[in-house]
Order: sequence, then C-alpha cells, then structure tokens
Amino acid sequence: MQVSMKLEVRDTPGQLVAALMPISDVGGNIKTVIHEHDFSSDKGSLGVEVVIEIPPERLDSLLSLFQERGITVIRFGEERMHYQQSVILIGHLVHTNLGDTVDRIDKTGFAEVTRMSLAMPAIHERSSAKCTIKALSREHMDKAIEILRDVSRQKDILMIEPLEF
Amino acid sequence: MTIRIALIGTGAVGRGILEALAGKDLGIILTGVADSRSGIVNPDGISPSEVLRRKKETGLCGDASCNAEDVVRNADYDILVEVSPTDAGTGEPATSYIRAALSRGCHVVTSNKGPVALHYHELKQEADKAGVSFRFEATVAGAIPILHTLLESLGGNDVHALYGVLNGTCNYILTRMAEEGLSYRQALDEARALGYAEADPTYDVKGIDAAIKLVILANTVWNQRITLDDIDITGIDLLTEEAIRLAEEQDATIRLIGEMIPEKQLYRLSPRIIHKDHPLVVQGSLNAIILRTDLAGDLVFSGKGAGSLETASAVLGDITFIRDRYEGGN
Repeated sequence: MQVSMKLEVRDTPGQLVAALMPISDVGGNIKTVIHEHDFSSDKGSLGVEVVIEIPPERLDSLLSLFQERGITVIRFGEERMHYQQSVILIGHLVHTNLGDTVDRIDKTGFAEVTRMSLAMPAIHERSSAKCTIKALSREHMDKAIEILRDVSRQKDILMIEPLEF
Repeated sequence: MTIRIALIGTGAVGRGILEALAGKDLGIILTGVADSRSGIVNPDGISPSEVLRRKKETGLCGDASCNAEDVVRNADYDILVEVSPTDAGTGEPATSYIRAALSRGCHVVTSNKGPVALHYHELKQEADKAGVSFRFEATVAGAIPILHTLLESLGGNDVHALYGVLNGTCNYILTRMAEEGLSYRQALDEARALGYAEADPTYDVKGIDAAIKLVILANTVWNQRITLDDIDITGIDLLTEEAIRLAEEQDATIRLIGEMIPEKQLYRLSPRIIHKDHPLVVQGSLNAIILRTDLAGDLVFSGKGAGSLETASAVLGDITFIRDRYEGGN
C-alpha cells in the first residue's frame, strides 16, 4: 500500500537519515521525501513529508520503531490514488451518457474520475469537459487512459491527452 | 568550388532559391530552369535575376517550346533541384523527374514530401547504385535543419523519441484560439486571409501534412517502412474554444503534436494538452521539435516551418552539402 506521512525530526545533522532508516528496516520503499524548510517549531525541528510503499502488515512495526526512536508522526494517511492526470473530452458528452463514461473508469477499482469541469455552449452543440483522473500507479493510469480512449472511440468523442515528458 | 543545378519549379520555393542565388555567390551555376509551361537550358549558365524578371513579366520562366521533362533529361547539371508543385498523395510529377535524374547519374535535392514519403527506399537505392546523393531537408519543418542533424550530426546517438509541432497552419490557428479567444472557424478564416491556410485546408487541419512528415522521419532516419496508415492521426478541426479554456485552467494550452518512439512502434499525431512553458509551445506559424537522445540528452529546435526563403534555405543547404562532399558534384 502507499502511505503518506509527515514526520517531525530534530534539526541536527544526521537526523533526516535516522528518520528514514526505520522505513527500510521494515522493508518499506521510499517513493518521495519532501523537506519542509518553512516548517516552524520552537523545538528546533524539521518537517519531512514522505510517501512510502509498504506491505500493510508491517505498518504497525514501523510506527512503533518511529516511537522508539523519538520521531513524531504528525500526520498519516493512506495515499490510494497517487497518480493524477487530466484529459479533455469534446463531443456530445451528455447525450452519450457522461455518467457511463465516468463509470467505466470508476468501476476499475484502480482509477477514478475525481473532478470534472463541463462547458456546454448551446443545446445540440458539442460540449467540452476536463476530467481529472487519479490512479494507483503509473501503469494503472495508462490502463485507465486506454479505457477512456476506447470509450471515446465508441461514442465519437475527441479525447485530448496531456503530453507528459 | 562550383556546382551546376537544374531547377524544376518556380513557385514559392523555386522563387526563393532564385532570389537567394541572385543575391549571393554560392558557387551554384544554373544550367536549366522549368516551370509548368516553359523551360530554358544553357550549359554556360542562366542568370537567376533574369529568370525572375522574365517570370514576373511574362508568367513564363523560359521558352514555351521547352518543358520540365526536356530540362530534366537534357540539361547539363550535377544536381536536379526538384521543387515543382506536386500532389503529395501521388508524388507526381516530382517522382518521375527524380527517377530520370538519378538514372542519368545526377544528384537530387527536393522539397516535395510525396516522393520521399511514398518511395524513399526505392529512390535511395537508385541513388546509392548511381553513387549520388538524394536529399530532402526542406520536406520536414522548413528552415529547421532537422534531417541533417539527425542523419549526420547525431550519428553517434540513439535517438529514442521525437516530439514536434510540424504544421505551421495548425499552430497558427491554435495560437489564435488561445490568445484571442477565437473559435476554430474564426481562426481558420483569419489564417486563410493571411495566406497561412489553403482554400481547402483539409490537408493541414486534419493532420495529414504533419503525419506525412512523421512518415518521412521514420523511414529516412530510423530506416522504418511505414506509411500514413501506420500513424494514429487526429486533426484539430473538431477542437472547441471551450477545450482551450479548460486547458488554460491548469496553465496549459492545446497544440497539435507529432510523437514518435520508433523502438515502441509508436507514431501519433494528435492535439495534446501541454503546459504553456513547454518548449514545444511556440507561437504563430512556427515549428518546433524536441529530440530525446542517449548521449546528447534532450535537444530543442524551433524556427519557421514554411516560407519562400526559409524553404530555400533548406534546399540550398542540401546543394552546398553535395557541392562540398562530392567536390564539384562528381
């Protein structure tokens, strides 16, 4: 599972590494580390945001390791859908059942449409919508986009994808 | 060092070449010129400014009793410079002229996409057999020397991917839709009025022109054997102004992007959402290309993709390359 947490570590040399050690000790994989320089604390400590991949059964051991080593976990949450991308759909979106279009992504379980802005200039004219999709992983995102491509073809919708590189 | 050329075609590209030759000494001697209705041959050399003057005054570049075929078959030249108005779908009449010149053992430089997109491997083989050069820099991205860069300068690299804005008309339309809030129809009419779009804009706005350039790149640089049918093509003619507004909500815009990753057999031309600061977001009728390479990293090129002198620049680069490499063309 993917978990994001915010840790508070002492602002002294070596403390950041010490805080990250327990993660690899329990077999977790660090995906990102964001050092928060503007984190203010009168105790002379730093805020560190980490996103890790960890087998669910090892999460408890990690949290107790942090506790033993004096690292405070300020915030903690499961990051299910970590990957985000927006596409624009153009066509007769409502008449071709927009609900169903969204549903085809949502029912995959690995991706979902989390936001949508719709512009409908006039009745009978083609509408345009921006859909923000979140997915569990890069591969899942690619699959979700592939599904949407198929649906667009079936419903004669023009799908504009982002250029990502 | 000098080299003799015969020029077939005196439209925008041919005129640009003649103007450049009239303006500076490039060691290029014109021994034949033809347009669709006339031709002229002179082994001692023809004055480019004289041809321009005659064309302007009479509408003919030479004598009505001589035609393009006569020039191709009979003039004394080292390089056939083939820039005739040619149907990109059939590649004719350019392909026939090119074949005739190669069979005479002459080098060929062309600005016509049709012959390269349809018959590259054959024509290259004929050129190799004759020990001459077949070059076509002007067919892709106008003034940007992308083919020379890929074929010569990046010789030691693996070029993994190419992304490009390869059609100035579409880029102009999309730029105006984004900047001025014009509808697709309004931007297209404006492009027509300014001469950026043809009366029948289908070839540009449906993405065919840009896709043909991907075919040329894939076959000539990556030694593939693809056709237009192998490219996933989506044009810009169904875009709405609302779609551009929606892209702008995230500091992005929409551009028609050619994408090719030959090792994955991925060839795609489609409108894409792209961040406004991305190097491929160029304004107006400009073209832009990004190459992703193993040694050189990412390289970015941008410049004019069309225009009389700009296209002539690419053609002249091919001519001088042959002049220098073959020492007088032989």
